[in-house]
Amino acid sequence: METGSGFLDSNLLVGIVVIPLAAAASFLVVPVQQRQTIRVIAIVAATVTMALSFYVFGLYSHEEGGFQFQRSWNWLELPGTWLLGDRGITLSLGIDGISALMVLLTGIVMFAGVIVSWNIGPRNKDFFILYFLLIAGVFGVFVSLDLFFFFFFYELAVLPMYLLIGIWGSSSDFRIFVRTKEYSAMKLMLYLVAGSVLIWIALVAIFAKADLGTFNYVAIMNGTSFSPEFQRFVFPLLMVGFGVLAGMWPFHTWSPDGHVAAPTAVSMVHAGVLMKLGAYGILRIGIGLFPSGAEDWIPVLIGLGTVNVIYGAISAMGQRDLKYVVGYSSVSHMGYVLMGIATLNHLGVTGAVLQMFSHGIMTALFFAVVGAIYDRTHTREVAVLEGMAKRMGTIAAFFVIAGLTSIGLPGLSGFVAELLVFLGLFQVYPVLGVLGIIGAAITAVYILRLIAKVFFGTLDERWAAKSDFSKPEIFSSSVLVVFLLLMGLLPFPFISTIDASVLTLIGAVTGSG
Amino acid sequence: MNDLTLLLPEFLLAALAIAVLSADLGFPNRMKLMLPIMAVIGLIALFGFSLIFLWGTTDSLYGGSLVVDGYSVFFKAFAILLGIVVVLSSMEYVKRHLEHPGEYYGILLFTVLAMMLMAASGELLTAYISLELLSFGLYVLVSFDRYNPKSNEAGVKYILLGAFSSALLLYGISQIYGQLGTTRFKEISEAIMSLPDQNLGLQVGLVFLIAGLGFKVAAVPFHMWAPDVYEGAPVPVTAYLSVGSKAAAFVLVIRIFIEALLPAIEDWQIIMAVGAALTMMLGNIVAVVQTNIKRLLAYSSIGHVGYLLLGVAALASVDGNGDISVELSRLAISGILFHIVAYAIANMAAFLCIGTVYNISGKDGIEDFTGLAKRSPGMAMVMTAALFSLAGLPIFAGFTSKFYLFNVAAVQGLLWLAGIAIFTSLISLYYYLMVIRRMYIESTEDELPIQLSRLTSSLLAVLFLGIVLLGIYPAPLMDVIYYASDAVLSSESVVGLISN
Repeated sequence: METGSGFLDSNLLVGIVVIPLAAAASFLVVPVQQRQTIRVIAIVAATVTMALSFYVFGLYSHEEGGFQFQRSWNWLELPGTWLLGDRGITLSLGIDGISALMVLLTGIVMFAGVIVSWNIGPRNKDFFILYFLLIAGVFGVFVSLDLFFFFFFYELAVLPMYLLIGIWGSSSDFRIFVRTKEYSAMKLMLYLVAGSVLIWIALVAIFAKADLGTFNYVAIMNGTSFSPEFQRFVFPLLMVGFGVLAGMWPFHTWSPDGHVAAPTAVSMVHAGVLMKLGAYGILRIGIGLFPSGAEDWIPVLIGLGTVNVIYGAISAMGQRDLKYVVGYSSVSHMGYVLMGIATLNHLGVTGAVLQMFSHGIMTALFFAVVGAIYDRTHTREVAVLEGMAKRMGTIAAFFVIAGLTSIGLPGLSGFVAELLVFLGLFQVYPVLGVLGIIGAAITAVYILRLIAKVFFGTLDERWAAKSDFSKPEIFSSSVLVVFLLLMGLLPFPFISTIDASVLTLIGAVTGSG
Repeated sequence: MNDLTLLLPEFLLAALAIAVLSADLGFPNRMKLMLPIMAVIGLIALFGFSLIFLWGTTDSLYGGSLVVDGYSVFFKAFAILLGIVVVLSSMEYVKRHLEHPGEYYGILLFTVLAMMLMAASGELLTAYISLELLSFGLYVLVSFDRYNPKSNEAGVKYILLGAFSSALLLYGISQIYGQLGTTRFKEISEAIMSLPDQNLGLQVGLVFLIAGLGFKVAAVPFHMWAPDVYEGAPVPVTAYLSVGSKAAAFVLVIRIFIEALLPAIEDWQIIMAVGAALTMMLGNIVAVVQTNIKRLLAYSSIGHVGYLLLGVAALASVDGNGDISVELSRLAISGILFHIVAYAIANMAAFLCIGTVYNISGKDGIEDFTGLAKRSPGMAMVMTAALFSLAGLPIFAGFTSKFYLFNVAAVQGLLWLAGIAIFTSLISLYYYLMVIRRMYIESTEDELPIQLSRLTSSLLAVLFLGIVLLGIYPAPLMDVIYYASDAVLSSESVVGLISN
């Protein structure tokens, strides 16, 4: 038994990437007609992966801190006269507190996504192949400690998006113009890959400049200190490159379009988890490797984050499509993450990481609910939806919970996260802290108005015969809600897990100054 | 003494080609299906024989005109494998659309022979003659569909521009010979090093040599012929042209520029770098507006030539004092070879799909791929994998090879060029996605399933596995490639350069 659990523990992170990949590969051999078999494989793989992510999060020891569960394999030698020899590219896995939390987030959201996609059609086989490739990519980014593999998985997470949106997505008709799903898919794809162009350039520049002959993150972090000029040159590449995926203004426009066009599960994973990859990249690679570059560019990052919050909230207020409201609210909430990161102080960065988790769960819940309404009514127009709570009480309840989290009601996770971000902000840029709070106020306006309009009031008879959440949907949404409440009521386990890692990151910055 | 047995693989291949040609004369019509099978079996036997017989041998013939080393053996094996894939993917097409299968396969085998000789050349004229053998074979193959005016037009264009480029190449060679008094790579390298200062005549020769080779690989500004020829040629020939002739030319380029012209790197590096930048940009930008899939891939292959030229520009680095460093050359050579292999597999897979669609519909527009995902899910998946690999997305070979190659450029101090390369990769993703959109997202009235022959589907499966395997576990291939690139770098001229 001893060796058994030892084997499991040392290969946890491999498992968490390989199981989704194996699921994707196994769908290849299942005939397309056997929809039930495919569903069963999907749900089993999702359950196991989620269980593993819980296990990893639970097992991560916050007293030790640092990178844990590390494993490393040689993957490709790069011959040359390097400082560290021909180590080249290694498949190095390991997580710190921040990645542990992100792995947990991914596990929860991907599980909910599979349940939501239970009746996806046509060709659920192809859907799940792409979906699990996406999931493997996301997990891979969070657990990789090698820059090559970080980027490998990062691109892997982008790759399936075009087909996922193009085939299973939906177009929006605004009467005066139509936003087709093909357009949104292409836009999302090109924006994200354009972002990764900058990241790619930064990574090869890092490798060339470090001259260590390895892409290993830890080795580069310990082995080199980059000159301030180089840091000033590379950090903006990373900031903008990852910023595109994080929905940073003015590169955010792919996000509402893409998330609206995507099928529900993909919106959940994309807005819930993939956007966090961007913020995670800025933290891990940007600030981790380039502390002094980060300090130089902080005013820009914090400024853009503030614009995100205000601009996203105002845009959300003007939307007529339910899903666009959620899409723009994501842009707005990601702004808090960017602002929190940009404070570079303990409270702010902790808040940013918590906000990544909180927003991930919350927005997944939002998209699940909005997707359910759309499935039943085939419309997302705020103007025609009214009194839905009368027939869809459960759906309404979940929407209200997500909405209250987004406003930052105490007791729910959004409050904890945003409070910390604001406290961090007041230490460095009090004015921007005030702007952030104004953003939260605007959020309250559009969310409450939306709840009042869509769910209360008189029920239109068109929707009288529509059904409420099914049991699986209630279950998956409840899982999400549990975590919103957990973090809201008992934030300490979450904070203590990430604390040491956050301090290490910030320590590098203050140390360099 | 010349150990002629070292040329046994070449002799055997020539014999096989002649055998296929003469069997065409003797066989009755119903037996002619046997010709490609004969060629494939011969090539497979030859593949095994060459590897067993030549692996680990380092020797030269005729005073260094022909070299047998790890590098040439690697590429000989590559050429034979490519020949096998091309013959197999031609079978269906030749049966339906072309006459005289014996001549087709016979000439194809001769071009494989030419590629093998190109990799083994240690001297400019031998290289030239091998290149001409390859080109003449390809001129015939391009115009093989002789009742099709497009194929004829392509043949004429190709032969005219090919002859023109050969003239440039020869002129460059004669200039180099005139200045240095030798055509052997090793002696060229020594002669350049003993030159007192910059030599204008040599530089002129160099420019013409680069222009001539630039024509052969379709590098900008010598790329004009490629799209027309690709469009007109029979599909399997286009595939062969886009992979074989480019790979062979680059293998030759690496040897010439490392073994012979490395001391003159300051003269040619900037030409290569600028040429690479122009080629990447033009190829990838013009591809965006194409409507014919073969023209699209023609421009995409021009873009890939740009990436390979980037590798050539990064072959070595020069510091401020004019000291040449070959520390990272092994990385650069390996990067080029790796990308050639990755590009070859993906392109062969893509063209096999195009050929199959053409066999059924007789059309090769991008719109003829509409709804392919419904009509043949397997083929659509392979095509998608091939295109994603060409675009450089993981888990496919193209991602790893591009990452490797661009990283080499960055460590050699050409970060700006790597930046352009990465950016043009983004552009390429757009036009590859347009094809994928046709296949998966748009629907068509014709939803008749496409039945793939067992041969085609197994070939597609092998190529698909190759694309994915090289993308996730390239280490075994890279070991072989490192061995090959070592051979070039341990040649006497390079060793002499370092010790100076």
